[in-house]
Amino acid sequence: MTSQSVDPLTFGFTVLVLACFVGYYVVWRVTPALHSPLMSVTNAISSVIVVGALIAAGPMDSNLSQVMGFCAVVLASINIFGGFIITQRMLSMFKKKR
Amino acid sequence: MTDNIAAIFYLISSICFILAIRGLSSPDTARGGNLLGILGMALAVGTTLALPIIVSYELIIAGVLLGGTIGTIIARKTQMTALPQLVAAFNSTVGLAACFVAAAAFYRPEAYGIGQFLTIKPGSLVEMTLGLAIGGITFTGSIVAFVKLQGIISGAPLVFKGQHLLNAALGISLVAMLGWIVFDQSERVFWAILAISFIIGILVIIPIGGADMPVVISMLNSYSGWAACGIGFTLSNSLMIITGALVGSSGAILSYIMCKGMNRSFFNVILGGFGADNEQVHVQTNNDKSIKSGSSEDAAFIMENASSVIIVPGYGMAVAQAQHSLREMGDILMARGVKVRYAIHPVAGRMPGHMNVLLAEANVPYEHVLELDEINRDFAQTDVAFVIGANDVTNPAAKTDNSSPIYGMPVLDVENAKTVLFIKRSMASGYAGVDNQLFFRDNTMMLFSDAKKMCDDVVKALN
Repeated sequence: MTSQSVDPLTFGFTVLVLACFVGYYVVWRVTPALHSPLMSVTNAISSVIVVGALIAAGPMDSNLSQVMGFCAVVLASINIFGGFIITQRMLSMFKKKR
Repeated sequence: MTDNIAAIFYLISSICFILAIRGLSSPDTARGGNLLGILGMALAVGTTLALPIIVSYELIIAGVLLGGTIGTIIARKTQMTALPQLVAAFNSTVGLAACFVAAAAFYRPEAYGIGQFLTIKPGSLVEMTLGLAIGGITFTGSIVAFVKLQGIISGAPLVFKGQHLLNAALGISLVAMLGWIVFDQSERVFWAILAISFIIGILVIIPIGGADMPVVISMLNSYSGWAACGIGFTLSNSLMIITGALVGSSGAILSYIMCKGMNRSFFNVILGGFGADNEQVHVQTNNDKSIKSGSSEDAAFIMENASSVIIVPGYGMAVAQAQHSLREMGDILMARGVKVRYAIHPVAGRMPGHMNVLLAEANVPYEHVLELDEINRDFAQTDVAFVIGANDVTNPAAKTDNSSPIYGMPVLDVENAKTVLFIKRSMASGYAGVDNQLFFRDNTMMLFSDAKKMCDDVVKALN
């Protein structure tokens, strides 16, 4: 079996399952006190969907697909900026005893 | 940039995201982790922009500026007590963005290398429409959660006859549509899938009540990850698959932790209607029992003469914005040699970790804030348990009364403390519609007041 013979779907599925395992072990180690920042930061990184949006908004000729790409870029950007900033705001409040 | 080099950069970006979550294992490493997350996102966007397929930047720059400004303003202006609805709102934008990307790919598949318009490869089509459906459910579901949390509509569960039947029918038709579009690749079916997903998103969330929101928010968070994952498969993009899986599993684990905190199964929460069927719930009437109530001076006197106090905050503290007054009270007590700690129940508040953030906002050092299993034994050696805005999570009936709807839920053993001070606005029962036996105990003193006002008054009495 060479890598050429592996279907992209099978390859993607391999990546997915491995990532789920990584996610499982990493997330269980998050301290309960930081569950709120965990939600906001995962929110921010799920906007990685922006990659798909950029490809839609990037070509030269304008058409319906490009407009949709633009809308997706706007929405994902709201989430990226908003998500990381609110996470930083929260984390900056967790201080040690003075 | 070639696809192979791009793939390497995407890999680095994925690692940044993993480390961003890893950093949250301790407050000391969390800030660094967040910066890595930002770096990872910048890398992902930068790499994509350098791909040869992207040739016009005007729309992209305009979009990022517009979205970035909106996001920045919202994130800076929002109060910490409004955090749950903010997360819900941000979740909805990811869901909608996923729908837009799926639609863009449907109308221009050649840009993503998955075929031609209306002759998309079946595999890619399934992945794309799956992403579309999950994105749609995430979008409307999050909007409903937002509207409930913001108080625009009542947080009470909305149930009607035949609800489960309708949901099941819609669910089945959605699955059927997802199969159908492979054989009949048309715009009609594509938009029908989106419409059904929107409706399902609304119907799934409306029967779920306010106090179950921690589960709902976590679940929607998880969905937004799976939506990104579906789109990632369409684009054969490992970064999106990895990130989607990270977010998806994170949300799923949080949902699990929240359900466990309430001793309820996930399906029990999702099928909803908890607290709405009060006629079946065994509610004790305690009219004949007496309660003791006290003033802020009494509370100040008791706590001043105590050697240790455990404060138990709940959603009521957030509603009354009492965290700053509470911290002031705690500081005065600590300055007088009283050991003050805070006990957090996993489902206190409206999202996971809600109370921790509010106490951190009020400058309570995180070493003083402890989780249920860390502190629960200590109540027996504690002079005063100060319950502020929490109710069901302190109810001893969860341990003793097997007819109680909250039976089996892990609770904070506040009744073991020598004295329980319980702030409450009136004698109304908690969210689950059950009386709290704690009110009628000999060692309980009720403080009838608004949470913030009571803390301020106690501070005055202490000075």
